[in-house]
Amino acid sequence: MSKVQDATLAAITAASQLGEVTALVAGAGCDGAAQAAAQIAGVAKVLKADDAAYANALAENLAPLIAGLMADYDGFVAPATTTGKNVAPRVAALLDVMQVSDILSVEGPKTFTRPIYAGNAIATVESTDAKLVITVRGTAFAKADATGGSASIEAVSAGADSGLSTFVSAEIAKSERPELTSAKIIVSGGRALKDAATFEAIITPLADKLGAGIGASRAAVDAGYVPNDYQVGQTGKIVAPEVYIAVGISGAIQHLAGMKDSKGLFVSGSQMPRRLHPMQL
Amino acid sequence: LANVKMSMNPFDEIAVEEAIRLKEKGVVTEIVAISVGPQKAQETLRTALAMGADRAILVLCDDEVEPLAVAKIIKGIADEEAPGLIITGKQAIDDDSNQVGQMVAALLGRPQGTFANEVTVEGDSVVVKREIDGGLQTVKLALPAVVTTDLRLNEPRYASLPNIMKAKSKPLANKTPADYGVDTAARLKTLKVVEPAVRSAGIKVPDVDTLVAKLKEMGVA
Repeated sequence: MSKVQDATLAAITAASQLGEVTALVAGAGCDGAAQAAAQIAGVAKVLKADDAAYANALAENLAPLIAGLMADYDGFVAPATTTGKNVAPRVAALLDVMQVSDILSVEGPKTFTRPIYAGNAIATVESTDAKLVITVRGTAFAKADATGGSASIEAVSAGADSGLSTFVSAEIAKSERPELTSAKIIVSGGRALKDAATFEAIITPLADKLGAGIGASRAAVDAGYVPNDYQVGQTGKIVAPEVYIAVGISGAIQHLAGMKDSKGLFVSGSQMPRRLHPMQL
Repeated sequence: LANVKMSMNPFDEIAVEEAIRLKEKGVVTEIVAISVGPQKAQETLRTALAMGADRAILVLCDDEVEPLAVAKIIKGIADEEAPGLIITGKQAIDDDSNQVGQMVAALLGRPQGTFANEVTVEGDSVVVKREIDGGLQTVKLALPAVVTTDLRLNEPRYASLPNIMKAKSKPLANKTPADYGVDTAARLKTLKVVEPAVRSAGIKVPDVDTLVAKLKEMGVA
């Protein structure tokens, strides 16, 4: 049985605030995922598009499939993951509608809030388009229950492979740790950790002790202390854990954009960074 | 934004830099920089020209333009100029939409390589290493294609003073959205913009023991 990502469960919560939810599962050999999707509370129907063309979620093949299905739906909702952000705008353009990116809340049938200027302002926007295309900030919505639903699964026929793009390879960072965007505690390190070995020596044992996810600032990633998918911030991951522990991080606005909705925040360093100061617990 | 310092979007600087590097490698013959916005956007185009772009097109539009309209304008320009590769930043740091590149690719029916970490042109295709959740993914796209840049693609160069002077004489064409038959009316109405909720002030703990005690009080450690 496949596990549905937390970000997807949050997107389903957002979608159910707009109306009846149909989940689309597209992939190669995606029976398990379709069955998992059918059990999510709030999902009325699951559409399954099982075809080699949908392996690796290439936007060139997925977007026409979704745009084609949209004749029967008022809106398309995707989590603001790298996959959602890659595919959804392509769907929106095919439908000739504006996408509403990274929504924080549903205010009405066509009204949403979303962050702008790296989260330093919250805009309320109303779509005037006939169809909605939305990406959802995973940390802003509760996760839908992964069980308790009993949706029917319906197979949809696949479109042709666009032939425009092909998957070559993937390097996925192996991690036993909780996924960063759903971790309850995150220990994050910055430039002041000096090098990869010090980062490992200081951050890892603390994270192990707390069962925490490990994050990093852009400076730490650029300097090669950790891989790029550890980056928290405007252009990295947006997180909102119970506790965010920032070690050796100055608190640049691009970093704050990714973690300022954390419930508790602890900052370590002999000199308290001024920007983080008003944010401590 | 009346009295705020403006500059080129950081992801776009990376896009310009990548285009120049491809030209330096001999796989690109000409670089055209495009901006949609008020007359002031000309300064941004001059920066791109000073970095190494060959010519520029400014599509004048005084209203705020949404990603869909920008994408349609870029499509109009692409139809005229027939570029082999369109490079955009992955997102603008003001509206944080992250849409234009994907929309351009959709409108042109071209493949897209979003969040690029590495770009290699190989004959009639381009291999793009993409930054995705969990790691990196490599895809091969048939040219012509659209690529959006991520932070780690490159380190943009500074424009030198002689190049800034030279950029003043490089060609810069003025156009309007109407030239490309694009209606820039907003599809999203902004009802209001507010400041995010302010966090309550924090406390400073004197030592680790107090910190751990506080954490335990919260029930997390």
